Amino acid sequence: MSSGKKLLLMGRSGSGKSSMRSIIFSNYSAFDTRRLGATIDVEHSNLRFLNNMTLNLWDCGGQDVFMDNFLNNTTDSNNSNSTTNNIFKKCEVLIHVFDVESKEVAKDINTFKRVLQNLSKFSPNVKIFILIHKIDLVQSNKRQELFKLMYNNLKNIAHDEYGFNITGFATSIWDESLYKAWSSIVCSLIPNVDLYEQHLTKFNQIINAREIILFEKTTFLVISSIDRFKSVQQNGSNLQSSIQVTENLDPKRFEKISNIVKTYKQSVNKIRSNFKNLILHGKNSSIYLDILTTNIYIMIIMGKNEGSDQNYEVWNESLILENIRIARSVFEKIENKPVK
Amino acid sequence: MDSSALSNHGFELDSNATVLLMGLRRSGKSSICKVVFHNTQPLDTLYLESTTKPTTENFKSLIDMAVIELPGQLNLFEPALYDYEKLFTSIGALVYVIDSQDEYLSALQNLAVIIKYAVSVNPKIHIEVLIHKIDGLSEDFRLDTQRDIMQRVGDDLLDYGLEGVQISFYLTSIFDHSIYEAFSRIVQKLIYELPALENLLDLLMQYSNFDKVFLFDINSKIYVATDSSPVDIQNYEVCAEFIDVSIDLDGLYDSYHVTESESSQVHSRNSIADIYDESQYKKLQSSDNVIDSNDVSKPVRCISRLENGQMLYLHQMIRGLALVAVSRLDDDDETTSLSVIDHNVSIFKKSLEKMWNHAKI
Repeated sequence: MSSGKKLLLMGRSGSGKSSMRSIIFSNYSAFDTRRLGATIDVEHSNLRFLNNMTLNLWDCGGQDVFMDNFLNNTTDSNNSNSTTNNIFKKCEVLIHVFDVESKEVAKDINTFKRVLQNLSKFSPNVKIFILIHKIDLVQSNKRQELFKLMYNNLKNIAHDEYGFNITGFATSIWDESLYKAWSSIVCSLIPNVDLYEQHLTKFNQIINAREIILFEKTTFLVISSIDRFKSVQQNGSNLQSSIQVTENLDPKRFEKISNIVKTYKQSVNKIRSNFKNLILHGKNSSIYLDILTTNIYIMIIMGKNEGSDQNYEVWNESLILENIRIARSVFEKIENKPVK
Repeated sequence: MDSSALSNHGFELDSNATVLLMGLRRSGKSSICKVVFHNTQPLDTLYLESTTKPTTENFKSLIDMAVIELPGQLNLFEPALYDYEKLFTSIGALVYVIDSQDEYLSALQNLAVIIKYAVSVNPKIHIEVLIHKIDGLSEDFRLDTQRDIMQRVGDDLLDYGLEGVQISFYLTSIFDHSIYEAFSRIVQKLIYELPALENLLDLLMQYSNFDKVFLFDINSKIYVATDSSPVDIQNYEVCAEFIDVSIDLDGLYDSYHVTESESSQVHSRNSIADIYDESQYKKLQSSDNVIDSNDVSKPVRCISRLENGQMLYLHQMIRGLALVAVSRLDDDDETTSLSVIDHNVSIFKKSLEKMWNHAKI
């Protein structure tokens, strides 16, 4: 119970809160979310994440009746405002969702302000994320501009009036932007992210991969990643050589991988199974996706013909699989480390 | 019965792998084309314009296939417009699309007229009927509809004195995999080498302990051939999606072709086979280093183990094809070890290459 993190998911009715939750945590496809009805009051879900972390996700229904109930006048004291008290107490994260198509922007902002007001009172250390959602409904050339406009506006409100720093994302359930946003949200909650990264760096010094990524098992959100450029940099050796190494890879590749693998997981479910590992020898690189610990998947991308040794055998699967097996025990230790 | 005798003996070696798509207006012909051959999302086909003139599309795969689509509102007996005789003699299969959610009596009349004409011009034509848009019908009603349509078509043909004509019926919808399944079967009828292919796959399956093996066309997810065991539609779906997974993942780490825009992704998948060839070509051209031929010819190969002990196996073949198999792995069984499978598959690939060196097209 002590390590449970409370996340509030708020926003106006119909803005897509429950859809997000279902896609990220319940393996829905974007298409399936049409079946979801309105959320009544608050829907709680408890999710175990990385062994020792529990996420209590409070999905708050966004209709005016419920919203007013949550936000009802806090000035009158003690017993009568128990709901407000209950909702905003001990909150670690607020995720506020804005519908990009909303007609009543002023009202949305007003609600946001009232939420912030309550939070500053009950849990001032909360981390705040805003998601400008349903961005797929905006023409692609106008998305960036619109997002900046809304984000800056909200950032100023939050900072000037309530002293909160907020982070914003433009999201859509129809592409991978949703995974990016939730990855950053969840990563901000993991206590020992840098520990993972340290060990990942060491690991990469051994196997010299093009890139290594860690994913959480059920949600396939990215926990940590390292590429060759980063590891060389942290190693302190000369940067000259590493600059050549950085490739102009797709900046959205992490989210795309999350998306691809989740789709794959769903399709494998059709033959009543779950996937264990995947080894791909492609035209460009070899990709190894395997279980690292009970809660983490590791993905190693090896370049071709790029080993330090000319005769480096990239096709040697067993070597890499053995390396993963050895790394397993180290990462299991990190994972089981009690949170301070 | 002279028609069947004709088709057995006089199989001309010209390109007969052309599919003609016909049907009344709004029966869903263009949508089928878009979904199967262009990887369009089924929902996006709602906004397709009505087709006004015949369109031809060519696909290079195991066989060089072409799909000709005729506008629905066309009257067959306006001979001034198109040279039907030439058209019908040049095609291998006639696919007629019937909208099962609509009143289909007029479609059936139209179909009978077309069949009569087509058979008189080209007796060895394959006639395929797609009972389309079944996603809107309940399970029981689907079979009733199929029975009704088959009955009526049979009666109509009897009236024309054409009782010997073979017609295949398929229940299809673009919202699931049934349309791919139907097209797979249609295309398979046009492949002259199919029995040999199936034999090869059977042998491969037997010696590699595969549960099921498909030879896929990567672009369209149509399977060109499979072994002789019955096709489980769920296995097919998983295999088809497995191709996407491996291609998409590989594409992300493509350093020769950095796809910047989102829109190009769809495009790149459409012509993935071409791009691979192209990128390798560029690689050879641009770099001064000698790249050993061994590396260039390394195929895409993807293996995934599942928790229930099954394994998905993908190996790229020639001509934009991929072999995808479902296998059950036992750890200590010699015939299921990966190296044996790899070896068998590479032999299969070599025999495919040999076959196609001597093939007609």
